[in-house]
Amino acid sequence: MKKTASILAGAMLSLGLMTGAQAATLKMAYDADPVSLDPHEQLSGGTLQLSHMTFDPLVRWTRDLGFEPRLAEKWERVDDLTMRFHLRKGVKFHSGNDFTAQDVAFTFERLRNSPDFKAVFSPFKEIKVVDAHTVDLVTNQPFPLVLNNATYLFPMDSKFYSGTDENGNAKDMLVKHGNSFASRNISGTGPYTVSYREQGVKVEFARNMDYWDKSSPGNVDKIVLTPIKEAPTRVAALLSGDVDFIAPVPPTDHKRIGGSDKVDLVTMGGTRIITFQMNQERVEAFKDVRVRQAIAYAINQEGIVKKIMKGFATPAAQFSPKGYLGYNEALTPRYDVKKAKQLMKEAGYEKGFSITMMAPNNRYVNDAKIAQAVASMLSKINIKVDLKTMPKAQYWPEFDARAADMMLIGWHADTEDSNNFYEFLSTCPNKDSGAGQYNSGNYCNPKVDAMVAKANAETDPAKRAEIMQGIEKIIYDEAGFIPLHWQNLAWAANKNVDLEPVLNVMNFPYLGDLVVKD
Amino acid sequence: MIAFLIKRLVQAVVVMFVISLISFSIQDNLGDPLRELVGQSVSEEERQALRDEMGLNDPFLVQYARFASNALQGDLGTSYFFKEPALEVILKKLPATLELVFGATLIIVCVSVPLGVYSAINPQSLFSRAVMGMSIVGISIPVFLTAIGLIYLFSIELGWMPSYGRGETMTVLGGWDTGFTTGDGLAHLVLPCFTLASIMLPLFIRLIRAEMMEVLQSEYVRFAWAKGLKARRIYFLHALKNTMLPVITVGGVQIGTMVAYTILTETVFQWPGMGFLFLEAVNRVDTPLIVAYLIVVGAIFVITNTIVDLIYGLVNPTVKLAGKK
Repeated sequence: MKKTASILAGAMLSLGLMTGAQAATLKMAYDADPVSLDPHEQLSGGTLQLSHMTFDPLVRWTRDLGFEPRLAEKWERVDDLTMRFHLRKGVKFHSGNDFTAQDVAFTFERLRNSPDFKAVFSPFKEIKVVDAHTVDLVTNQPFPLVLNNATYLFPMDSKFYSGTDENGNAKDMLVKHGNSFASRNISGTGPYTVSYREQGVKVEFARNMDYWDKSSPGNVDKIVLTPIKEAPTRVAALLSGDVDFIAPVPPTDHKRIGGSDKVDLVTMGGTRIITFQMNQERVEAFKDVRVRQAIAYAINQEGIVKKIMKGFATPAAQFSPKGYLGYNEALTPRYDVKKAKQLMKEAGYEKGFSITMMAPNNRYVNDAKIAQAVASMLSKINIKVDLKTMPKAQYWPEFDARAADMMLIGWHADTEDSNNFYEFLSTCPNKDSGAGQYNSGNYCNPKVDAMVAKANAETDPAKRAEIMQGIEKIIYDEAGFIPLHWQNLAWAANKNVDLEPVLNVMNFPYLGDLVVKD
Repeated sequence: MIAFLIKRLVQAVVVMFVISLISFSIQDNLGDPLRELVGQSVSEEERQALRDEMGLNDPFLVQYARFASNALQGDLGTSYFFKEPALEVILKKLPATLELVFGATLIIVCVSVPLGVYSAINPQSLFSRAVMGMSIVGISIPVFLTAIGLIYLFSIELGWMPSYGRGETMTVLGGWDTGFTTGDGLAHLVLPCFTLASIMLPLFIRLIRAEMMEVLQSEYVRFAWAKGLKARRIYFLHALKNTMLPVITVGGVQIGTMVAYTILTETVFQWPGMGFLFLEAVNRVDTPLIVAYLIVVGAIFVITNTIVDLIYGLVNPTVKLAGKK
């Protein structure tokens, strides 16, 4: 036994020497570690980062928001409702099981029962297994975002997750708040396996030696992920050489890291919009379009980005960031206090009025400071603001209760598509259908709703873009919301870590392809 | 002695009952745990269904009764985040915190006693004045600033000390993870221990100095001088022993407080102990863990106070323990 192991080790070593690949260990620190090993337990950045390390999606996003084949080698439209995926052959799971269409179907059904993911997969009617390496995804109506949603389909090892565990529970049971087999065990096809995990302290990943993607340049054979919650400590750990790679990097430290000759800073324009909503049900004045426009004119987005965000954001006047179909180039911030005062006068509110405002203080970058700045900008047009900020844990119940006249929210489109913004933030709120769930302002324009529905069934990208840019224009003209900026993303790493090629705007670094130089 | 211990035990049970009631009643104000368990786009209905399933929509008394009956059987609930019994999670983190407190206590004792005694004996010397001045500065610097300052100097600039975590640990005595037996573990202990010690150190130097100065004025010390005893014997045997009485009392209470202070130190150093755990639990609205933590810390307070009272009796035989006739 020992002998075989040493022969094996020797063979592996010589293989490594032959290909010239230098195995490397990467020590990295995020602000948190994954909540669970179950990829369907929580729809969050942390879960998706883990999924991209231990599983592979059918297709994945490229840096310019295109699609790259992963476990699906190619795909084609069969008809208006059906997309056919041809699966990669010869792929094995960490457990040694072969990857087949059965696993895709298993994962698809599990996603549809996950409270977090079922919304993403609700446009789908069913999955059909055509043969061992072909599946059809069928939608209820013509649906333009099949590929966007396929980036969420990370096939799980159906054989591994079948049967029952030692407690007599099904191994594929999806548990939100308790112990389950899937939350502690993992078998995917991805570049790494989880070799050790102590929740909240560290996770160790080992390279999957049988990884199917032989063309991947990645040479990291071990990753140690440590959560470091405090930003200054995280930065200190990088600068002192205790870790090689950190994210996120707080804006206050960009200068220091950028100026260091040992580490590199990489930033990227993000896609998370930070916006204020004005509650038209609570405040009569907000029903007047002139008052809303006055507020839009009173807010200096560029100033906030420059002074508070230290340039670490992009000023916004619409939901869709650049690169999204709905991005309308013509819509820019309109800071003009004179115009704002004039609009207030026209609306009959020259003397102003008082409102309440709420914002979280630990959810978004500098959220409380942003709210303070907005409050002081509004005081210039005689709107007196009573501002209350609180930790996110207390903020969301207040948000659900619509407890203030103006509330702050940040939103990232899970589908990387503009329509997601409109569905959650700007369609008329409807308790029964769940539409406009995060529209705390009760902004409601049936015309916009009709356009959103139309865009949802339009499969021609050019036509969709036209519809969605039209939506942005209407919301801008009616000043339905006060968009502030898109939060940027930042990572930092030692100079020998070639970070840039594996990063993307979704903030799931493809660490399987990461190269660490000597 | 036995009666005293029984009385303390009853007190402890009452304290823990009160803590559990208070922490249970504030949990609704901490936020909605569901928000931390599910993604942002999950609908209100789904969340309500999950709340029902978890029993969070039950009336307060029903929830408390359920908690209390489980607690009596030693089950303080299951952490939402760790998905393990809350008490187990806390006990697993306890060694890290206790080692931190132990290290800090060691530093405090080794530094505060000599400095306090010296500055009591030579109150006018330049060194004593410097010590007193420093202690004023020390007492007014917030602990996270001390921590970040130390990290900046010793980890980033000089590169001598690791910046975060516990480093390499070893399991001894069946399940106790210690950092004291490995070089790496010890190196990781230095900065956090000094940070934690920095909070209490000035207090103890000043306390020992003041007590010692008072004792040096007392009749029996003057009598000892008159008797011609050696200075060393007077200072370190007769005077110091009496100085230590109030110091032990304060010290016992402060060690309990220090367990609470570890929250800040552990957060800055990403120290995997129970203080950091607690702060994270608050952020995640992990209510079972919060309640369990408060109960455990309450227990630690009661235990340390009991031990202090026992030691007090040993040091000063004239002190009678309550309950002893």
